[in-house]
Amino acid sequence: MRADNASAQAAFAKASDYLERQPLVANHRPLSWITDHVCRIVEQPAPIWWWVSTIVFGAVAALTPAMLTYLVATGVGVWGLNVPVCWAWDITNFVFWIGIGHAGTLISAILFLTRQKWRTSINRSAEAMTIFAVICAGIFPAFHVGRIWFAWFLFPIPNANAIWQNFRSPLLWDVFAVSTYFTVSLIFWYLGLIPDLASLRDRATTRFRQMAYGILSLGWRGSNRQWTHYEKTYLILAGISTPLVLSVHSVVSFDFATSVVPGWHTTIFPPYFVAGAIFGGFAMVLTLLIPFRELYGLHDLVTDKHIDNMCKIILLTGSLVGYAYSMEFFIAWYSGNPFEIYAFTNRAFGPYWWAYWAMITCNVAAPQLFWFKYCRQNPWVVLAIVMFPNTGMWFERFVIIVTSIHRDFLPSSWGYFSPTWVDITLFIGTIGLFVFLFLLFVRFLPIINMFEVKGITPQADPHAHNPGSNHAAPTQPPHSLDESRVHA
Amino acid sequence: MSHPAPTLHGLGAEFPSAAALLHAAEKIHGLGFRCWDVYSPFPIHGMDHAMGFKRSRVSLFSLLGGITGLSTAFALIYYTSAINYPLIVQGKPYFALEPSLPIFFELTILLTAFGTVLGLLFLTLLPRLHHPVFNWDRFKKATDDGFFLVLEAADPRFQPDASRKLLTEIGGTHISEIYQDPELEPHPSRPEKELVA
Repeated sequence: MRADNASAQAAFAKASDYLERQPLVANHRPLSWITDHVCRIVEQPAPIWWWVSTIVFGAVAALTPAMLTYLVATGVGVWGLNVPVCWAWDITNFVFWIGIGHAGTLISAILFLTRQKWRTSINRSAEAMTIFAVICAGIFPAFHVGRIWFAWFLFPIPNANAIWQNFRSPLLWDVFAVSTYFTVSLIFWYLGLIPDLASLRDRATTRFRQMAYGILSLGWRGSNRQWTHYEKTYLILAGISTPLVLSVHSVVSFDFATSVVPGWHTTIFPPYFVAGAIFGGFAMVLTLLIPFRELYGLHDLVTDKHIDNMCKIILLTGSLVGYAYSMEFFIAWYSGNPFEIYAFTNRAFGPYWWAYWAMITCNVAAPQLFWFKYCRQNPWVVLAIVMFPNTGMWFERFVIIVTSIHRDFLPSSWGYFSPTWVDITLFIGTIGLFVFLFLLFVRFLPIINMFEVKGITPQADPHAHNPGSNHAAPTQPPHSLDESRVHA
Repeated sequence: MSHPAPTLHGLGAEFPSAAALLHAAEKIHGLGFRCWDVYSPFPIHGMDHAMGFKRSRVSLFSLLGGITGLSTAFALIYYTSAINYPLIVQGKPYFALEPSLPIFFELTILLTAFGTVLGLLFLTLLPRLHHPVFNWDRFKKATDDGFFLVLEAADPRFQPDASRKLLTEIGGTHISEIYQDPELEPHPSRPEKELVA
């Protein structure tokens, strides 16, 4: 009888191994371990690598104000764009950076509404990434206006000309969409930070830290009379951020889609841009998270399962953009419009053929490697593969923008765009700025959303049968099937 | 003039887990207490029901914000494009619904977000940088891994000895008196009060 029981238990344990979902916090870490492990990053002296990389990326980031000063002092002509290619690297970089941001909002809002609990350990850093990416994005159109000191004309403020903004223009919609996106993302991010800032306040060892984190946390107490409103607020912000994030890149795509230029005038643009944005954004999330997870030893919080999930999203969205690329070609042929057909043939086989095929290789071919489990499970292979979408999404925007306008209806007005050193240096500067801001973020704010991660641990569920609870509960092994059903 | 004695804010108790706190809250709510609260490092599923809360009213503020945003967007576009300085652009009408929709949408979202967050601050009475519960040393664990319940002295059912016993019975440990700061809170034994009286 006893032997039967033992063999049944062994069979049960074996079955559990297959059926059980992997825990989202590995190694059954207690709540205090989570607080300690995340807060320690902020509290202990910065490691040497942090200083070295912050100084290096800070120096690269300084290229941004340097190039912008040169541009403002000299004129927009220092960029390589000119008739017929009036939008070039600047708008490419703008769309590229805005797109990066979308993964952050997707993780924080859409995965929240769909109850994807694995989002909790990556949403904080992804939202930070969103904000920094939108900052980098905003620089380009703001300076593209030429006379930056008139950039306030973009907003409906009464001015001496007495003329108002043209609300019928998609460029103005863009102003509203991007500024709303930035503001709401910032609010959402800060709201999520409040309980974690309170944790830092309560652990502070110096008066200054206590005051600084105390003021930033607004005096949060973690009382249920606060949590009840807090959770509702979080839900509503997630609910409004979801259509917002879908609208932002749709509005960005209207900049092109509402024009009459062959290659831009496409109804497929809004969903195609959104899928591409999520694709590129997740690639950037992985690019940032894999090294920081390694450097700070966060393997129990950002597990291999998290990386695996993100790789699958990249595979899905990469295939979606691949479908969009082929659909564009089909529609161009099916339209029977010679200008449309020429625009797309010219993309693939014209003077910018190298950009087109770089885009196809990076965005369509490379992510297919994620069909293989080996490629999803080895973080360094993942890091190598996501470099392709990072590059490819930049090329996608370059292809859409530049190849469409460099040869439009009249062959007499055809041209060829080449970037100047200012174009290139400014873009490198914004990459430096992006990483520099992210390095500051990991130093001064909790990189992992502690309270949400605690909320998905087994011991957080008051209805579960776990050994920590003091109410009468049947004692079960911590890995039982029953429990995995409750928490998965 | 003796040093004023601090007023009792309430009695605090610690519980070993989220489940224990939830069951304690159910009992306290069942006994009809009104001025009390539980504190935890994360929102506990089912706690709102255990404490007898109704749905949070934050959504009302969101709605107000959204309505304000939508009407602001309509007023802004209609006034500037059709009334104040009508300008023909590409033969399009001064005001039409289609091109206005993106701006309607964005401003609705923006002001909904503002309304929601202002509603949260209003309903939770934040920012409030200090509170008597912070005077309790163990309370620092509330943002780490501690689960606490505080019965406030302001509650009509509160009796120092009986309430202490109650907290022990429902499984509370480290039961302590939490005092208000004498210099921050109004206090009947303060000299100014005596002069007024």
